[in-house]
Amino acid sequence: MFGLNKKDTSLLLIVIVLTLFAPFILNPFPTGSGLAQFNAGYPDLMQRFAIFGIFAVGFNILFGLTGYLSFGHAAFLGVGSYSAVWMFKLLSMNVLPAIILSVIIAGLFALVIGYISLRRSGIYFSILTLAFAQMSFSLAYSVLTPITNGETGLQLTLDDPRVLGVTSTADGSIPVTNLFGIEMRSTYNLAVGPWDFQFNMGYYLCALVLIAAFYLSIRIFRSPFGMMLRAVKSNQQRMNYTGLNSKPYTLAAFVISGMYAGLAGGLMASMDPLAGAERMQWTASGEVVLMTILGGAGTLIGPVLGAGFIKYFENIFSKINDNILHSWFSFMPDGLEDFVVFLVHPFIGKGWHLTLGILFMLVVVFLPGGLVEGGQRIAGWVRGKKKPDAHQSETNPAE
Amino acid sequence: MDAFLLQILNGLDKGSAYALIALGLTLIFGTLGVVNFAHGALFMIGAFCAVTVQKFLTLSVETIDPEKTDFLGNPLKVKTPYVENWFGPDIGNAIIDWSVPLAILFAIPIMIAVGFIMERGLIKHFYKRPHADQILVTFGLAIVLQEVIKYFYGANPIPTPAPEALNGVANLGAIVGLDLIYPVWRIVYFCFACLIISGVFAFLQFTTFGMVVRAGMADRETVGLLGINIDRRFTIMFGIAAAVAGLAGVMYTPINSPNYHMGMDFLVLSFVVVVVGGMGSLPGAVLAGFLLGILESFASMEWAINLIPGINQIIIYLVAIIILLVRPRGLMGRKGVMED
Repeated sequence: MFGLNKKDTSLLLIVIVLTLFAPFILNPFPTGSGLAQFNAGYPDLMQRFAIFGIFAVGFNILFGLTGYLSFGHAAFLGVGSYSAVWMFKLLSMNVLPAIILSVIIAGLFALVIGYISLRRSGIYFSILTLAFAQMSFSLAYSVLTPITNGETGLQLTLDDPRVLGVTSTADGSIPVTNLFGIEMRSTYNLAVGPWDFQFNMGYYLCALVLIAAFYLSIRIFRSPFGMMLRAVKSNQQRMNYTGLNSKPYTLAAFVISGMYAGLAGGLMASMDPLAGAERMQWTASGEVVLMTILGGAGTLIGPVLGAGFIKYFENIFSKINDNILHSWFSFMPDGLEDFVVFLVHPFIGKGWHLTLGILFMLVVVFLPGGLVEGGQRIAGWVRGKKKPDAHQSETNPAE
Repeated sequence: MDAFLLQILNGLDKGSAYALIALGLTLIFGTLGVVNFAHGALFMIGAFCAVTVQKFLTLSVETIDPEKTDFLGNPLKVKTPYVENWFGPDIGNAIIDWSVPLAILFAIPIMIAVGFIMERGLIKHFYKRPHADQILVTFGLAIVLQEVIKYFYGANPIPTPAPEALNGVANLGAIVGLDLIYPVWRIVYFCFACLIISGVFAFLQFTTFGMVVRAGMADRETVGLLGINIDRRFTIMFGIAAAVAGLAGVMYTPINSPNYHMGMDFLVLSFVVVVVGGMGSLPGAVLAGFLLGILESFASMEWAINLIPGINQIIIYLVAIIILLVRPRGLMGRKGVMED
């Protein structure tokens, strides 16, 4: 189907089902029950799952295929957000032109940065991208204030021109983002018994884009172009000695992954029309690295899983507090209960970053293929044989 | 002229922090060949050693003074630090006042121990893995260390003042007839950095141990074949590098109140410094540290900002990009070290 082989088709179908039925899947617990806090099926978080999924899938095209570790990818996301918000300010509140513009601008940015950065490889490439991203961040924060609105972040105002739309609605408020009239924030609530499922327009837009982005990444992975990128990863020197100029290929990969980041940024601004410089900081770039590695770099579905995993933890895990812990462990004798809560306390709530850091280290040390490799190993044990598909999970740098 | 000299001074003191961290990074890279993204965290741990020493020294016993009353008429509770009780008020106060310099004594063994544990427990297993993996695992370690510190000390910066005697400003220009007023502690910091840097260089240059280490940096395999346990020496060098970063952190606390993410802020810059200086070149790291520090402070002068707006924010990155493209080896990089 769609020019994919059987295995990839089933992978694509899994992603389609997961994203389209996310409001059900992420809402397994009835509202009002004790476990309702583990529900992630609210629009805001679901949008973030999809958006960061796109971001990580794009990053994986660069890192997973070519092995070039970019530490500055958040810059493209930030640029995408800014251009989308400018489109909302100047043209109209329709998200389509905004997203298209953000992809184009991010692509141009990636072309320039990639052209320079890709002259080096290995750690030098990482440092160069890091330097470019930090430069963009500092500039957005200070000198470019007329364009980026500095520390406050770029926001919509009532006196924006909006040539093709209205500057303000009839009741004098800022119009909301829409797709040909369908408002992004409109949500349909479906109450089934004690469950409350929310179907958000914005989420479904993100989900469709995610599916398209994922499909495209499968095609890239399976194409001769993807094969070339993998060759760059395994031994660039040998590629060069055979008389092949690998630069256009890596540059194309860099630009494509930059455009993915821009797409994510544009969507982010479409869901919530503001953009800030902190989206470009290198810690934000670090986050997408975490997502991709955690899920499994070089695998197709890994980045999507990693993005979902990290965003879920960030939003759900960080809300667990001591009271909830006490209620969980209340079956234990008093002293033991307090002790267990004391032990668990540093890892939850505000300390979830600690859990994430430890988890990330464990993955890098023991599971270089990320969650996907973990799943494959478990599946292998269940079937009682060695893991079948090892070639996907190797991470070699481009040096 | 005054403004010019002042900027150089400003640059020297920022540059000395860069140089110290970059020196440690280069020591680790040059000996073990590991790209250590957790080095900023070591700097931060050093700073928090100073915080800990200060906390210990000001541990107080609460007594009720029956002769004085507070504003409600209750007997006044007086907190006296233990050190004051033990050594008398004069010496006790002096000890508390000098807590930051005292923290150096405390930080050295702690940092060396932290370095050993890091190298033996984690980094050892990553020698054979690609650089990308090393970056990733040390990046994860940096997050973990940072969060552990945040858990124990909270997220807010903790002020740790310098000793009273070194807290003021001095007129440096008085000797040559210029008006050059500068905070004393920053001068102390610069001298301290020079001391540490020359100490490390002397250690490498004039001791047998240092000679072996340098030989190992040049050709690890041959030194190993000569029957020298080079791994053990490199582990010790890792400890020393950690101590250098830690001491840089200890002495930096009066300049900037330490918080848990100060390491990350410095890390990016010190990597840039290392790259500009040349991966694996110790003099290069020091030179580039001071050079970039001075360049940064010149770029924040008014005429520079008027000339190119925002130059003060990006000068370091800009220089790094240019150097990497024009001279990928860095200013003083050795031939063949991580070149393509």
